[in-house]
Amino acid sequence: MASLTIDGQRIEFSEGQTIIEAATAAGVYIPHLCHKPGYTPHGSCKLCTVNVNGRNCSACTFPAAEGQAVLNNTEQLKQDRRKITQMLFVEGNHLCPSCEKSGNCQLQAVGYQLNMLDNHFPHFYPHRAVDASHPEILIDHNRCIFCNLCVRASREKDGKNVFGISGRGINKRLIINSATGQLKDSDIDVNDSAAHICPTGAILIKHTAYQAPIGERIYDHHSIDEVALEQEHGK
Amino acid sequence: MKNFMQAALTEIAYQPQRLLEILRKIQQQYQHIPPQAIDYLADELKIPITQIVAVAEFYSFFHLTPQGHYQILLSDSITDRMLGKADLTTYLEQKLQLKLGQVRADGLVSLNNTSCTGLCDQGPAALINGYALPNLSYASIDAITALIEAQKPISEWPPELFSVADQICKVDLLLSAPIEKSTGLYAMFAKGLTASLAEIDLSDLRGRGGAGFKTAQKWQFCAEETSQQRYVVCNADEGEPGTFKDRVLLHRYADQVFEGMTICAAIIGAQQGFLYLRGEYLYLYQQLNAVLQQRRDEGLLGDNIVNQGLAFDIEIRLGAGAYICGEESALIESLEGKPGIPRNRPPYPVSCGYLNQPTVVNNVETFLAAAAIVVNGGAWFANVGTEKSAGSKILSISGDCEKPGIYEYPFGTSIAQILNDCGAKNVLGVQIGGPSGCFISNQEFDRQIAFEDLATGGSFIVFNQQRKILDIVQNFTDFFAHESCGFCTPCRVGTSLLKKQLDKIANGHGSAGDVVELDAISQLLKNYSHCGLGQTAANPVLTTLQRYPELYQQQLKNISYEPGFDLDAALETARQLAHRNDAAAHLQQVEE
Repeated sequence: MASLTIDGQRIEFSEGQTIIEAATAAGVYIPHLCHKPGYTPHGSCKLCTVNVNGRNCSACTFPAAEGQAVLNNTEQLKQDRRKITQMLFVEGNHLCPSCEKSGNCQLQAVGYQLNMLDNHFPHFYPHRAVDASHPEILIDHNRCIFCNLCVRASREKDGKNVFGISGRGINKRLIINSATGQLKDSDIDVNDSAAHICPTGAILIKHTAYQAPIGERIYDHHSIDEVALEQEHGK
Repeated sequence: MKNFMQAALTEIAYQPQRLLEILRKIQQQYQHIPPQAIDYLADELKIPITQIVAVAEFYSFFHLTPQGHYQILLSDSITDRMLGKADLTTYLEQKLQLKLGQVRADGLVSLNNTSCTGLCDQGPAALINGYALPNLSYASIDAITALIEAQKPISEWPPELFSVADQICKVDLLLSAPIEKSTGLYAMFAKGLTASLAEIDLSDLRGRGGAGFKTAQKWQFCAEETSQQRYVVCNADEGEPGTFKDRVLLHRYADQVFEGMTICAAIIGAQQGFLYLRGEYLYLYQQLNAVLQQRRDEGLLGDNIVNQGLAFDIEIRLGAGAYICGEESALIESLEGKPGIPRNRPPYPVSCGYLNQPTVVNNVETFLAAAAIVVNGGAWFANVGTEKSAGSKILSISGDCEKPGIYEYPFGTSIAQILNDCGAKNVLGVQIGGPSGCFISNQEFDRQIAFEDLATGGSFIVFNQQRKILDIVQNFTDFFAHESCGFCTPCRVGTSLLKKQLDKIANGHGSAGDVVELDAISQLLKNYSHCGLGQTAANPVLTTLQRYPELYQQQLKNISYEPGFDLDAALETARQLAHRNDAAAHLQQVEE
């Protein structure tokens, strides 16, 4: 079997795997937000950046190859991933204490994992709307990080095209495939994968907010690296 | 609307790849992309509404809210500003009774800025309903505003308002002896395809867009892919501020460029080619289509090119105001009717490009050179230039010099020589390769234009001693924040953070540590961005910070960050209430 090294540790992989797939299979966690096993890689959040033979690459899109020397857990990468996470925080309006996703939020959990203690950068405080038009699903655009997972889930798993990412640069925004632009006029169903995939609190299922109280949620007791590796191996 | 839409859809043959083309027509007709048009297009082209909205919001020339019947876009490149753009803008605003960024209440006219329009040698420039207006002056603004108020159709405006000069100031290897029409094709068939590719290989021609990938190798890779369909794409989206050579090459040597594309098609086995023309060069569109038609009529394009059984044709696709589309994979996305977001690589376009088929994307100048190499031989080209940079480079020179325009030089020419030729005096520095390139100071003029020293796509902007470096850096940094596609976090957020941080320092609000932070944001952008735009967006900051650190430091306020009050003393009440006075109940003042 072909092999590469991650931080000096030898890891076997099979043809066609990306670096993150090879790492996860071998029990090595690489931080990520826009990547999810089973979905077309996107490569946009850049949290999974690793150094491959001296060059920075997105582990979620870059193919594993024989003999690669991959650096993952270096101080530099950890520090820079923390800054990228801080960028995501200041770009939107992420107020964890008042967010019903707190404790189940991957953005928050990645922040914990990377030992992010403040937002560092100046806040953008963008004006973003809430779309509460749908009876069962809520979109709070303040928390969207443009990971594209809902777009992919709708297309690849649900066979629909409910979501899209529009705009340019810092004016990026999540849009809905309906004549009014509102979620209620789209063909989304509450059981769609796209309604459940959001890593943050941008897309929420109504009437379920506090079924698990704060303090008893997944990342209240487990770090995201544990959870990510467990999910992958348990599936 | 239905009749209009049906006619427009018929014109694009209901091909969703030609979405930009139909949106351009709709924008022209309705001054925006109305919601009804979006619904109609979604149904007829069988694409999601989200794709149409995303395209309309991505490209600067499309709008979801109505613009004026006369839509004026002022070129906001640094060279326009150096030529007095600010005063002319104020004058225009007064004449039109309209502020920049607004649509006039009567809906007649709207006014906005746009990124560099490729007229830096004859600015300040503007676009009106997409057509270029060079050499703006108080007199021409008088004329333009009078025509607008009289509601005269643009087709009836005096042609001299739109007259763009070629301004070729110095010719060398390529421009001194352009090839005769069709000689490239005959030479290729006389030599054979393999031998023709060998000549290009021998010439050591490297891509002229700036990255410098070896052309023969790119063509070879594409030819080796197993596929029924292959494509040739000419990248004429020269959006790098300060570059305008492709505008001149296409205006004057279009036949040679198309011939280079046809040679490439024969070698790699492509039947379809595209010229991706930046939207700012709309005024070249008709002329270029006429050249293509002429070539079809003469058997130089079509089903049986020069009676050798070669089938190939070229279609022109227009951009719509997005710098990022100069990046080859973003350009391909745009060709497919999508927002110009760079793809993940691998796979590379040579194996998976337009419609996921093998595709060669080359710069205008590369195709121009390739055609000449097939006629004149690889050695003819390789004998010029330096060991690592064969041939010549065509530069677009603008800024503080007597004779801005097009200059062709053998690679290896010194900056001093070029500055002397264009009549630049009292020079502070030169921006080589545009904002994404490098700012060099007047201590470095012995450096050379070459891949191994100063690599460039051709932009060459001269600044004299009166110019302020931070003004230049601010203009370039704003440009990148505006043009970032927003796909990846480091560039989407980082370009805007960099702009904020630079403005803070330039406006005198910076304090100790702010220059270090500026550098830190720059490094993040450079090391983590998805594509070349983000990776080079901090170059204006980094290359000037390296050369003029004192310029940045001078801007900082002298604050030592002593707290304005005694933090420990402020806790005295709390200590008394808690009956504590141990060490843990005291705060140490933060040391400097």
